[in-house]
Amino acid sequence: MLLVPCPYCGPRPEVEFHCGGEAHIARPADPNALDDAQWAEYLFVRTSNKGVHAERWLHSHGCGRWFNALRNTVSDSFLASYEMGQPRPALPTEGGK
Amino acid sequence: MRRFSISSLLTEALNGHQGWERQWRNPTPKAAYDAIIIGGGGHGLGAAYYLAKEHGLTNIAVLEKGWIGGGNAGRNTTIIRSNYLYDESAALFEHAVKLWEGLSQELNYNVMFSQRGVLMLAHNVHDVQSFKRHVYSNRLNGIDNEWMTPEEAKDFCPPLNISPDIRYPVMGAALQRRGGTARHDAVVWGYARGADALGVDIIQNCEVIAITRGPDGAVTGVETSRGSIKTKKIGVSVAGHTSMVMGMAGVRMPLESFPLQALVSEPVKPCFPCVLMSNAVHAYISQSDKGELVIGAGTDQYVSYSQQGGLHITTHTLDAICELFPQFTRMKMLRSWGGIVDVTPDRSPIVGKTPVKGLYVNCGWGTGGFKATPGSAHVFAHTIARDEPHPINAPFTLDRFRTGRLIDEAAAAAVAH
Amino acid sequence: MAQSNRLPSGGRIDRAKPLAFTFNGKSVDGFAGDTVASALLANGIRLVGRSFKYHRPRGILTHGSDEPNALLKVDRGPGRADPNNRATVIEAVGGLKLSSQNHWPSLEHDIGAVNDRLSPVLVAGFYYKTFMWPRSFWDKLYEPKIRAAAGLGVAPDVPDADRYVHRNAHCDVLVVGAGPAGLAAALAASENGRRVILADEQAEMGGSLLAERTATIDGVSAAQWVAHALTTLAGRANVTLLPRTTAFGYYNHNHVVLTERVTDHLERPDPKLPRERLWQVRPAEVVIATGAHERPLSFADNDRPGIMLAESVRTYINRYGVAPGRRIVFATNGASAYAAAADAKAAGLDVTIVDTRPESAIGPEKALAAGIEILAGHTVVGSTGGKGLTGLIVAPFTAGKGVGARRTLPCDCAGISGGWTPSVHLFSQSRGKLIFRADIDAFVPGISVQKERSAGACKGTYGLSAILAEGWAAGSGAAGADGSRLFAAAPATPTGFAPARVLPTDDDPKKVRAFLDFQNDVTAKDIRLAVREGFESVEHVKRYTTNGMASDQGKTSNMAALGLLSEILEKPIPQVGTTTFRPPYTPVTFGAIIGSARGQLFDPIRTAPLHEWAVEHGAKFENVSLWRRAWYFPKAGEDMHAAVARECKAVRESVGIFDASTLGKIEVKGPDAAEFLNRIYPNAWLKLEPGKCRYGLMLKEDGFIFDDGVVARLAPDLFHVTTTTGGAPRVLAHMEDYLQTEWPDLNVFATSTTEEWAVIALQGPKARDVLQPFVTGIDLAGEAFPHMAVRVGEICGVPTRLMRVSFTGEMGFEINVPADHARAVWEALYDYGQRFGITPYGTEAMHVLRAERGFIIVGQETDGTVTPEDLGLGGMVSKVKRDFVGKRSLARPDMALADRKQLVGLASLDGRTVLDEGAQIVADPAQAVPMTMLGHVTSSYLSPSLGHPIALALVAGGRTRMGETLHVTTPAGFTTVKVTAPVFVDPEGKRVNGVQTEGALHA
Repeated sequence: MLLVPCPYCGPRPEVEFHCGGEAHIARPADPNALDDAQWAEYLFVRTSNKGVHAERWLHSHGCGRWFNALRNTVSDSFLASYEMGQPRPALPTEGGK
Repeated sequence: MRRFSISSLLTEALNGHQGWERQWRNPTPKAAYDAIIIGGGGHGLGAAYYLAKEHGLTNIAVLEKGWIGGGNAGRNTTIIRSNYLYDESAALFEHAVKLWEGLSQELNYNVMFSQRGVLMLAHNVHDVQSFKRHVYSNRLNGIDNEWMTPEEAKDFCPPLNISPDIRYPVMGAALQRRGGTARHDAVVWGYARGADALGVDIIQNCEVIAITRGPDGAVTGVETSRGSIKTKKIGVSVAGHTSMVMGMAGVRMPLESFPLQALVSEPVKPCFPCVLMSNAVHAYISQSDKGELVIGAGTDQYVSYSQQGGLHITTHTLDAICELFPQFTRMKMLRSWGGIVDVTPDRSPIVGKTPVKGLYVNCGWGTGGFKATPGSAHVFAHTIARDEPHPINAPFTLDRFRTGRLIDEAAAAAVAH
Repeated sequence: MAQSNRLPSGGRIDRAKPLAFTFNGKSVDGFAGDTVASALLANGIRLVGRSFKYHRPRGILTHGSDEPNALLKVDRGPGRADPNNRATVIEAVGGLKLSSQNHWPSLEHDIGAVNDRLSPVLVAGFYYKTFMWPRSFWDKLYEPKIRAAAGLGVAPDVPDADRYVHRNAHCDVLVVGAGPAGLAAALAASENGRRVILADEQAEMGGSLLAERTATIDGVSAAQWVAHALTTLAGRANVTLLPRTTAFGYYNHNHVVLTERVTDHLERPDPKLPRERLWQVRPAEVVIATGAHERPLSFADNDRPGIMLAESVRTYINRYGVAPGRRIVFATNGASAYAAAADAKAAGLDVTIVDTRPESAIGPEKALAAGIEILAGHTVVGSTGGKGLTGLIVAPFTAGKGVGARRTLPCDCAGISGGWTPSVHLFSQSRGKLIFRADIDAFVPGISVQKERSAGACKGTYGLSAILAEGWAAGSGAAGADGSRLFAAAPATPTGFAPARVLPTDDDPKKVRAFLDFQNDVTAKDIRLAVREGFESVEHVKRYTTNGMASDQGKTSNMAALGLLSEILEKPIPQVGTTTFRPPYTPVTFGAIIGSARGQLFDPIRTAPLHEWAVEHGAKFENVSLWRRAWYFPKAGEDMHAAVARECKAVRESVGIFDASTLGKIEVKGPDAAEFLNRIYPNAWLKLEPGKCRYGLMLKEDGFIFDDGVVARLAPDLFHVTTTTGGAPRVLAHMEDYLQTEWPDLNVFATSTTEEWAVIALQGPKARDVLQPFVTGIDLAGEAFPHMAVRVGEICGVPTRLMRVSFTGEMGFEINVPADHARAVWEALYDYGQRFGITPYGTEAMHVLRAERGFIIVGQETDGTVTPEDLGLGGMVSKVKRDFVGKRSLARPDMALADRKQLVGLASLDGRTVLDEGAQIVADPAQAVPMTMLGHVTSSYLSPSLGHPIALALVAGGRTRMGETLHVTTPAGFTTVKVTAPVFVDPEGKRVNGVQTEGALHA
């Protein structure tokens, strides 16, 4: 079971959380301006990155807040967590790759 | 290829089994092939087999980054059934079951397809409605699936607890008698041996690093850990790693890859006669020929390539198993493992062409890919050979996510009210 | 049975506490402190089981959790019997009933042993090559036979009488294993107040030190050192000692899971105690000190009862005071067996050493063997005996010159040692990378991934002084101190071995059966066959031969197979690979994993405040998501149908009362609340006046319906949103998702109030009459309080949010009251309502009433693929709003197709047949299979109001098919229906205003 770093509550066991999938996919400001393929891209296409992955978590059985986290999908280790609306933080290790 | 038979087995027994040949060669990659399948699982090896056997493409290779059958093919709970709701799914899975029924003979390899029946339990009024909808739909599609009362279900599966006083009482069940299990490794090896005999190169420890494309965008080959290989057709059949491999050709996929766990108990004498599934409590159980109770758990909630999930997922499954079968709480978990499943938004697979010329994909089977192995492989081979889908996989396009013509078995199966 | 092989003195057993249990019905004597294995050996019992495939007679191979052979059924009384327990880890307890497995008719005479004769045929993978003809015989004949022959013990067939519990714990340092490394680590880690948990799988802590006869540490005997260490640790408040506790799984983020056996070692356990306790520990640091496993040697017939690991012989003698045999031959390729031989000699037993190494390669360990005959440079080519060992066949062997003359060494026990394999299981589970050390022929921990460190034999350190120092350093380091300490241990531990895969033989290797995996009967020949057939990956070999897949999970066999594979392929072991270790380290009882989650605690049942009233009034219940709801209220002699008909009639003709408390309730509050709802729902909300309600369908972003409910606007900035019973959590999560992540600019709070408000639905023409006397502050008159209005006031003196809404088609009220007051209000209404014949009704009548009126239920008429337009509710989807959740998806090409399934009504042409919910609909029942299906029946009832069946269905192009005749599946075939509008009662909707519409009712 993961230990998820809630930026508001600290590390808590995964069963308190709901994972909301890939982060930083903003809902288009004007969905009607998108063609079907672009809309499908927003709705369905996901990166599923092997390596550092930005994803959304909801501390549903805790503070009830959504936040974003960076996690390595190979080791499952968390590298950062940050509040919604903040940009994805740069990681020192990412720069070297 | 030396045929397997009781007489060849007896002959070899007298000879200390010195005369058996390799079941497949260990070739070095050629510079070019007519087609390449990436992924040496059941689906990929099967596709190579059918490409060679039915479409005459024998100058082809299967590239496997590890050892064949090491992915989900060797990590599943081996359940086979075709009692799906929608016509498209039913046709696809039934195509597979029909092929399963003759697969041992087709491959001259005993894949131990055991039609011991798949029993799906209904635990509430909504389940009853949903399962009857399946039963009726299957009947009109020519697929066996029958509705059973709790008592009939218990007759079929005597260990079942049908007391009305349990948390999720059994209100009935749907039974597909032609469903069952098969020996997962044997399917992989049988296809590998069959394909190899038809001339297919099965190349293990060969990881694809890049997909190369020409000025027109069409594929021209692959870069691998064992060198470059030219080809004009690439079939991607890599389950949990589809997003990564398709990314090499610049194609983004409507997929997420999740850990999926399973476990077995210590082996015991026969005590469980069929495959039993309960969607409401998330439990899948059967007993292997070796005697182990084979139990499938759910997926973890996050994307991961670690092939390892949390204990709470298996705990939840064992909770359910022991609620249905309280006599099993003293059994012991012997092994647990994880796979990586690639899941589409509508929980149905994608089998077909892609926006890139010469690139074909077979993915998105989620937790249910093993059962489809021969059918999927068969239609995928057709798609690659003819550059157009077989009628059976024609609905399973990548494009359906644009048009909205989803094939949403999961949604149809369960939404509480 | 007499303890013929009990040594006159020695061992850590308590000779003052004799005990007796039975094995296959015969009494076996032992002492407290024995394992079942040591007691069986003390009683001279060597044959304890039959192997999986060949049904070979088998004895005890090991003294620990790596035992592959001695698997027994243990019966501790009714509901307390289970199979496949390792005799080497079951503590001997008076009254146990043990029996051997996998034989018929008896252990001594097993018909299955015929398989051993067939072994030339039954080689690895033979089943893939045959049993294919005729096709149908697999299911009917071959497979049942194979299944009956396979398996080991028999599964329990009655519910477990024991219970299990879970415990979560945090600590600074978890030390796994209480041998010398673990004890030293725990001592060091706990010195400065760090919270330390020390767990060990055995009954007694001390590990290998418990079997030391001569070793001293810092001048005291090993036993004294252990005792002192444990006293010290027990005296520290910051230390928790967990004997009988196996750390079986090392999961993500330092989540280590242990199972503690609490009562199995007690003859009369306190019934309050659980059988096992599962510890889920999140230590800051882990010290892995799990020791090493000895390897067997592979030679022909190396599996006879009486052949066991050399260290096991030593342990039985020193720790348990048992002589596993009187004449013992130690066959070894290394040093450690010399200590075992010396101890056996010291116990007065007849001892010979056979060493595969040439004389010149034998090191200082030779000094231990004073007075013992050593046959150096000898190989073992076989053994003699049937159900018990009578001799070991040995022969001199010189590399390059081959095997010399054979000679049989008579013996009743052989102690074999093929070297050592560090127990790297937990390290590997933690995803640490293993590295291969050729000097000790073993994988050891390499790069760590999680916060753990290994110490001692599990790290390939075998000398006692070094183990202790390494353990201390690991414990200290884990505690953040980085201290070190030297230990003086004597004599020097004999270490080192010359790896041997399969011992050289003069026999035809094609015929030799040298067992690698004892339980699964995998021989070296099988490995060779697998490689010959192209299975070269270690995983392929494992799967093809089943080597390492037995219940010991390869602890005694994996390295043997890997080594042999490396030899055959002529590749170094690291290039051949190793198997990834996965949990569990040893088999874990399902019960321990599930803990208390059984029966009532399996999955919580939610009940609403009026549940007890329904129980008292004889309701039948149904499960709806996590809730248990009153289904119907049968009176004496009534079946469900009669009860539901009566309940429906009461609602249509007078008044019914219904507990709607399970409906989800969310309070949406804030200056932007209306704007928020406007974006979340497809219909318009900005202009809804306070005091009014509106029905809303909620869509997911994919355009499909996922919930519905009535929303009441209480104030400009306050909405009371209701959801379906099962949908409340996901609707709130959906709202929060958009509020927090997409529209953080909106000033809105969404709060679940499901538990806060109970909801009493009063429905029927007399509803207002029942309600009137109890309400204050609200004018209930029709024009003052019209349909779809909401008012805040008081009922029975408590606050209420009173809504004039109807899910039945009748005039209705939904009375929201604080949950604590629900019963009082309900009872007041119920008592007063008696004069109108007030009738409590359940969910079934509710379903029928709403279907008669054509109202949908999300999850029944919808299934996650249905749009508002499909339901004929397209009018609810705003055409003017620029955006709302799901809008863009509704514009996709497939959403506009004419053949989408649309909601219609179906009338059975015969006027009698109640359709099956889920039944499929076709135009032509005579068409060939597979048929073209047009849709399915979503709801179907015998309408009590109309006296004939009604049904709702989703049918392709349904709204263009009004009046068409279609065919619907029945269990036996088809029945014929006519397509109608999906409303059966009061299509004009007059009855909600109290207008009686007899004509319309029976239209």
